[in-house]
Amino acid sequence: MTEHTEPASFAFDDESEARITKVMAKYPAGKQASAVLPLLDLAQRQMGRVTGSAWVPKVAMDEIARRLDMPPIRVYEVATFYLMFNMQPVGTYHLQVCTTTPCWLRGSDQVVEACRKATGIKGWKETSADGLFTMTEVECVGACVNAPILQVNDDFFEDMDAASTEALLAALRRGEYPKVGSVTGRQTSAPEGGPTTLTTLNFPAE
Amino acid sequence: MLSDADRIFTNLYGTGDAGLKGARSRGDWDGTKAIIERGREAIVEEMKASGLRGRGGAGFPTGMKWSFMPKTIGALPHYLVVNADESEPGTCKDRDIIRHDPHKLLEGCFIASFAMGAHACYIYIRGEFYNEAVALQSAIDEAYEAGLIGKNACGTGWDFDCYLHRGAGAYICGEETALIESLEGKKGMPRLKPPFPAAMGLYGCPTTVNNVESIAVAPTILRRGASWFSALGRPKNAGTKLFCISGHVNKPCNVEEELGIPLKELIEKYAGGVRGGWDNLLAVIPGGASVPVLNKATCDTILMDFDSLREVKSGLGTAAVIVMDKSTDIIKAIARLSQFYKHESCGQCTPCREGTGWMMRVMNRMVQGRATIDEIDTLEAVTRQIEGHTICALGDAAAWPIQGLIKNFRPVMEERIRAYKAQSGNGGRSMPLAAE
Repeated sequence: MTEHTEPASFAFDDESEARITKVMAKYPAGKQASAVLPLLDLAQRQMGRVTGSAWVPKVAMDEIARRLDMPPIRVYEVATFYLMFNMQPVGTYHLQVCTTTPCWLRGSDQVVEACRKATGIKGWKETSADGLFTMTEVECVGACVNAPILQVNDDFFEDMDAASTEALLAALRRGEYPKVGSVTGRQTSAPEGGPTTLTTLNFPAE
Repeated sequence: MLSDADRIFTNLYGTGDAGLKGARSRGDWDGTKAIIERGREAIVEEMKASGLRGRGGAGFPTGMKWSFMPKTIGALPHYLVVNADESEPGTCKDRDIIRHDPHKLLEGCFIASFAMGAHACYIYIRGEFYNEAVALQSAIDEAYEAGLIGKNACGTGWDFDCYLHRGAGAYICGEETALIESLEGKKGMPRLKPPFPAAMGLYGCPTTVNNVESIAVAPTILRRGASWFSALGRPKNAGTKLFCISGHVNKPCNVEEELGIPLKELIEKYAGGVRGGWDNLLAVIPGGASVPVLNKATCDTILMDFDSLREVKSGLGTAAVIVMDKSTDIIKAIARLSQFYKHESCGQCTPCREGTGWMMRVMNRMVQGRATIDEIDTLEAVTRQIEGHTICALGDAAAWPIQGLIKNFRPVMEERIRAYKAQSGNGGRSMPLAAE
């Protein structure tokens, strides 16, 4: 945990409010606490949109508690239980490197090393001096046949290695956002070189 | 070899249109009304007859699970909850269903909900699958617009609502009662059973939780018939299954094949073989991180189905095949899984909360060899103290990989300890226990 400043107040903006209306409609009357994860997510997204750093300040949790008629402690405990809520500011690009066994077997150590080299970040959960990158070690993100995975904010970059990691981070620095998915050009989870099954079916292509 | 004509997930790789038009061209939402008109009981019976066993890991018969729901709808509504919290290391099959064949899932949600008397279904998708959630929501919107779900779904007179709910990064929420807790807005901590969800689940109402794949195959089974499905695979291990082949293979991939396919054939035919050839194989974790690892001798002949893998004291789990060649530090590979379980323990039960950390610390010393030989026995004994002594199966899942390691690779562990001793030159002196 590094020192950070908590904002004095938080209010959902119009864009978030429009989404909250849709969220609340999903749950039966009296069960509005079900919306706590979606609202925490919306608060974090709004922070990202407005301040450039996607995290959940305490005042946002208080606002969610008020909205959902929950004791604030219930919101705090939920927010800290789930890994995806950032309890302190993060960089513009949140680099979430999967290092669980399937990614590790395919060279996630090299991806981690390349991230460190390109950003100057030494430990986990740290943010680069320029505020562009935060590095987090994450557990299996569920794309193991395309390992190793480097998740940047919401997006999975797949089939990574040291060189493609360096290239990706360099592109992000230039303000570009490369194509999401496999960086080797594979068709999603099909074997390299193209599908070997489902080849005899004739369905219209997308 | 399974022919394409018998494959259910015909857009597995997303080469076709995942939208409603594409889905219809692949046969989805075809005659759904007629299936519903067969009635609840007939649908459940057909599912039972198909022999489908749950695709989320436990392998419990799906039709039987559906039959546990109250036959009549009482004061409380019924719910179907679909477990799309795919987080078992090695597993990435539901992701493909969600992003490439979402209408199979939605049609399955409608039919299964009807068969269990539910007017509402929640699909709980892991938070990291953001783009997949966007794709699925767009399919849900399309299905509403086309009248396939919503009021009088498919013109059947049955009202059916389907809601997508995103998680936020917690492996434990893949456990069905933790998932329900999370959906209710709480920390994902598993509940004691009984009561089972079919009696008291979401919001205290009768609820069934099914894996994405189990639900998504249901419409095809009901269209083509239970006998078609049960003729595939092996007795008591019916049907096709999505396999995820990761790790040290030449071409990692997902593929749909029959249950009971030999592991060697699966790896060689679809994943381009083991890196460096079959003889370069060291070990395989056959069903996601939680199941015990297999040594090469077992891999030579083992069939990939629930019962064959249970016979060798492992499991099919989610059918996520993690392949390791001879370059692998097997102790480190398993130690990394110990770190995973330590990270993901919800902290509710003492044996798991304390035990996963303890096992991780000892495993990390085993990686270095900074241990004594008898500590291997201590470690094994501790895994037995955790296994079966917790509310949910996470404790078991943390114990099994280590048990599999000790059973199959104990000589490697001993050799590591001896090598460390020889190098550090403190031969024979006892090492500190895990309390460090």
